Amino acid sequence: MRRPSRRLHRGLLAGASLLAVFTAAAVLAPLLAPHDPLAVVDPATPVALQRPSTAHLLGTDALGRDVLARVLFGGRVSLAVGVGVELVVAVLGGVVGLLAGYYGGMLDATLMRLTDVVMAFPSLILAIGLIAVFEAPGLANVFVVLVLLGWTTIARVVRGTVLTLKSRDYVQAARAIGARDRTILVRHILPNAIGPLLVAATLGVGGNMVAEAGLSFLGLGAQPPTISWGAMLADGQSDLMTAPWAAVFPGLALLLAVLGVNLAGDGLRDLLDPRTGAD
Amino acid sequence: MTGELARLVAGRLAALVPVVLGITLLVWALSALALGDPARASMGQRADPAAVERLRHELELDRPAAVRYVRWVGRLLRGDLGLSLRDRRPVTAVIGERLPATVRLAVAATVVSIVVGVPVGVIAAARRRTLLDHALMAAAVLGISTPVFWLGMMLSLVFAVTLGWLPVSGYGGGDWSHLVLPALTLGALHVGVVARMTRASLLEVARHEFLQTARAKGLSETTVLLKHAFRNAAIPVVTVIGLGLANLLVGAPLTETVFAWPGLGRLLVVSVDQRDVPVAMGAVLVFALVYVLGSFVVDLVYLAVDPRTRRAAAQ
Repeated sequence: MRRPSRRLHRGLLAGASLLAVFTAAAVLAPLLAPHDPLAVVDPATPVALQRPSTAHLLGTDALGRDVLARVLFGGRVSLAVGVGVELVVAVLGGVVGLLAGYYGGMLDATLMRLTDVVMAFPSLILAIGLIAVFEAPGLANVFVVLVLLGWTTIARVVRGTVLTLKSRDYVQAARAIGARDRTILVRHILPNAIGPLLVAATLGVGGNMVAEAGLSFLGLGAQPPTISWGAMLADGQSDLMTAPWAAVFPGLALLLAVLGVNLAGDGLRDLLDPRTGAD
Repeated sequence: MTGELARLVAGRLAALVPVVLGITLLVWALSALALGDPARASMGQRADPAAVERLRHELELDRPAAVRYVRWVGRLLRGDLGLSLRDRRPVTAVIGERLPATVRLAVAATVVSIVVGVPVGVIAAARRRTLLDHALMAAAVLGISTPVFWLGMMLSLVFAVTLGWLPVSGYGGGDWSHLVLPALTLGALHVGVVARMTRASLLEVARHEFLQTARAKGLSETTVLLKHAFRNAAIPVVTVIGLGLANLLVGAPLTETVFAWPGLGRLLVVSVDQRDVPVAMGAVLVFALVYVLGSFVVDLVYLAVDPRTRRAAAQ
């Protein structure tokens, strides 16, 4: 039998490396950034929309700000929203899914009906609809909206896993010897449900990053002076003809970061569930 | 058999009812939340409380929420989504103007995803575990990870700005050259998914014995896959293409914004930006209904095409 996981490990490794680079860049942004991302550099000379040079490796934007510095700082927002939202979502969805799957009943029925309705909307459309409820646009709204939309996916994944685990012999055995529900849930079911949760949450991080960038691109997310790759793309689009670098680099950063997350998520899934990666 | 199918269809239709009700409830609640108190908003902070109360009564805001919801659904059933706050035109008329452009874009994007995605999946499956297969699948992951609005800008940069082959943006009065870049952009979003599903289903089917027989007859791997496996692998692929509608709808606001395409997605974004709540919520509602009905139709096709799902559903 050929070991199918070699290539898949490679995907996981590539994804994890990309993520490590982006995380390091985001954390170290204040040290790495060659200029202040908010400041108009060299106000004496006309530096708006400068092409990439040694002074500005990725050029400057329409207001003369250093694109590299902004890409680095934008990564902080993107990763913070992507990971931050998913942490809240994983805990919330995990607990609901665990309880719904284990106890069934009203909680389960409510969860399923609720997720049916949420899933009946294309996600970005519902996100935009939810954004409309807030008075003024901002990154905080995006965070809240993504949490509201995201927890249902995790809850459904965990619920499904719990349903299959519940009938396993070892769980039945634990129950037969009189283990309490809490013990069964925490000791026997949760550890086995972590894998699927981890995969769904990893892929969710990428989804959050794309959603944040998309909403900010549409002007419904991060507002200045918050630096978001999506908002940078919106700014860059008007100068696409004369200064493509202002739009190329933030998008490239987003693409690579999301690619890293997706590769890592796919790799994790193949690792945890060998059946899907058989060829 | 037809009686059984009819019963299954009726069952699916019945399952649709709570979902559609849920959608209307959610959209109604969002509108109410987004509008806040229209009476107070329109009369200002220092308005005479009695006058505000009169307007609230006139707008039926003093009625219980359940009554207001039922009345709203009643109006909805008559095709009345209210008036735009901006120009006082009926929301249904505003949406009706924009819908054709989005449908045109979504259909063209679906064609792109099939025409590119299916052959890529077949080639990857026929050459599985070769460098070509790995390269194609890596490209598919890359495609899935590419933000649709950035891809649109890059295509526009290359083909419109640099090469000058196609227009940068706009509807161009329906001229096809204006459709190419938006359709490629939106379709690319789904090409990777279709390619991966085509490859996976072909390989799944390829394990079966009737294909071993075909191979034993000395047919080439491509012939085996195309002539024998493809028909059996088509169902999951069709489903993915159908469900791709969701991706396309998600991409619509972004793609339409990049290319200044006068569709429903752009309308949604602009109306949220301008706080024109009736138009925004009307657009959300239409998107959701189209999506749900689309999935429903895919479901029906599935039932009609594959006897196995009929049996599974009947049990």
